[in-house]
Amino acid sequence: MKHIQTLNTQILQNTVKKGGCGECQTSCQSACKTSCTVGNQTCEHQK
Amino acid sequence: MIHRYYNNGYYIVLDVNSGAVHVVDELAYEVIGLYEEHQPEEIVSRLRGRWPEGEIREVLDDVETLKSQGTLFTEDTYKDRVIDFKKRSTVVKALCLHIAHDCNLACRYCFAEEGEYHGRRALMSYEVGKQALDFLIANSGNRRNLEVDFFGGEPLMNWQVVKDLVAYGREQEKIHDKNFRFTLTTNGILLNDEVQDFLNKEMSNVVLSIDGRKEVNDKMRPFRNGHGSYDLIVPKFQKLAESRDQNNYYVRGTFTRNNLDFSEDVLHLADLGFKQISVEPVVAAPEEPYALREEDVPFICEQYDKLAAEMVRRHGTDKDFNFFHFMIDLTGGPCVYKRLSGCGSGTEYLAVTPWGDLYPCHQFVGNEKFLMGNVFDGVTNTELRDEFKCCNVYAKEKCRNCFAKFYCSGGCAANSYNFHGSITDAYDVGCELEKKRVECAIMIKAATAGAPAAKDVVTGAPASEEAARE
Repeated sequence: MKHIQTLNTQILQNTVKKGGCGECQTSCQSACKTSCTVGNQTCEHQK
Repeated sequence: MIHRYYNNGYYIVLDVNSGAVHVVDELAYEVIGLYEEHQPEEIVSRLRGRWPEGEIREVLDDVETLKSQGTLFTEDTYKDRVIDFKKRSTVVKALCLHIAHDCNLACRYCFAEEGEYHGRRALMSYEVGKQALDFLIANSGNRRNLEVDFFGGEPLMNWQVVKDLVAYGREQEKIHDKNFRFTLTTNGILLNDEVQDFLNKEMSNVVLSIDGRKEVNDKMRPFRNGHGSYDLIVPKFQKLAESRDQNNYYVRGTFTRNNLDFSEDVLHLADLGFKQISVEPVVAAPEEPYALREEDVPFICEQYDKLAAEMVRRHGTDKDFNFFHFMIDLTGGPCVYKRLSGCGSGTEYLAVTPWGDLYPCHQFVGNEKFLMGNVFDGVTNTELRDEFKCCNVYAKEKCRNCFAKFYCSGGCAANSYNFHGSITDAYDVGCELEKKRVECAIMIKAATAGAPAAKDVVTGAPASEEAARE
């Protein structure tokens, strides 16, 4: 597309079927401890 | 639901429910903005004076294509179908062990009140810590990866117990087929070679507390005698970061009203050679002189913009660094369940006091209303646990129409409680800053992915052929 460039290779709907295993890191354990930041966590299956 | 914004020369459209990010030119930006409220022919007649009709129709076709692919104007299909929050069973998979309610610094903003958490000074005994690990294993169901953060106060003030608990965890993980991921948060005062070697062998992450520039750090992070800590900790942190190959650690600072120009502190840490940096807004009662105020938000947002633009400039050079709050993964990242279900406090994540009491997270420790049980008897206040279970983006009115809801997952329950007296509200200043960070993080992805900027940020002149037709 000339006017639109999509950056993602993955969309959220696709994670519904296989997601939810709960093995990923708890967000507050990563660095923050005062502010919730979930979008930057890594999926355990993509490591 | 979409979110359109302009940042650092880029026109960006975020499709909220799919998480798709589109970098667009000015024409597509306008068409997408009009699309939901206007018929295609109306859009053509509105924009015909500024762009060729053929181009407008081309964009309209593109929009239709993206819509059919589920990456634009996507409906929220998760709310009713994906998770029944009340019924979902939760297991405990992460503990924040308050290994020492004592500290060798007297940081002015400390939510733990110089380590004491509104209570008495205390060190966790090996027996209590051991019981905490047993409690975690017993309540973790079939989760294999279990996280334990050694937190304080200052955990190095109880170092032998940290080492003994790691040894116990390593022994138990084999027996129960678990994988312990230990982390430690330290102010660095007691860091030495022996500690460093142990951390590098056993800790999957270490968080090193430092606020940035010497005068900023020393103002808020003094010793009890008033002297600053910067000169003592910087060389130790630099050595530790190098010994970990600049990975699996964060130098982590707090910015307050005293250093609203915190982008300078982030860059200072980067210029000291640190590659993994997190500098975060203070959470403080509004009456504190260092607390952030609503009127500070525009300036803080400018700081995020400034920092993001500088990170784009440094990308691919030896001065490149990672800023925790600008991390975003567009090739995958967390699944929708993770994004919807909040931070896990009070359910899968609990804090343990030195004497074994359980709280929903470290921020609630010391507030008796939030006592959940203890490591010997387990979670006895199941009513409170169920309240936290339902704390998610759909339970929060303010989150419902927010474009950032899948990135912050509804924000911090403790912040919400501190400002509004309820865990299902949201801390408004925090929300504004989170939204800005998400915008910046996406812009950095666009810039570093080589997407063409629509405008030159210095001159404001159109940078692309399409924009030049304006």
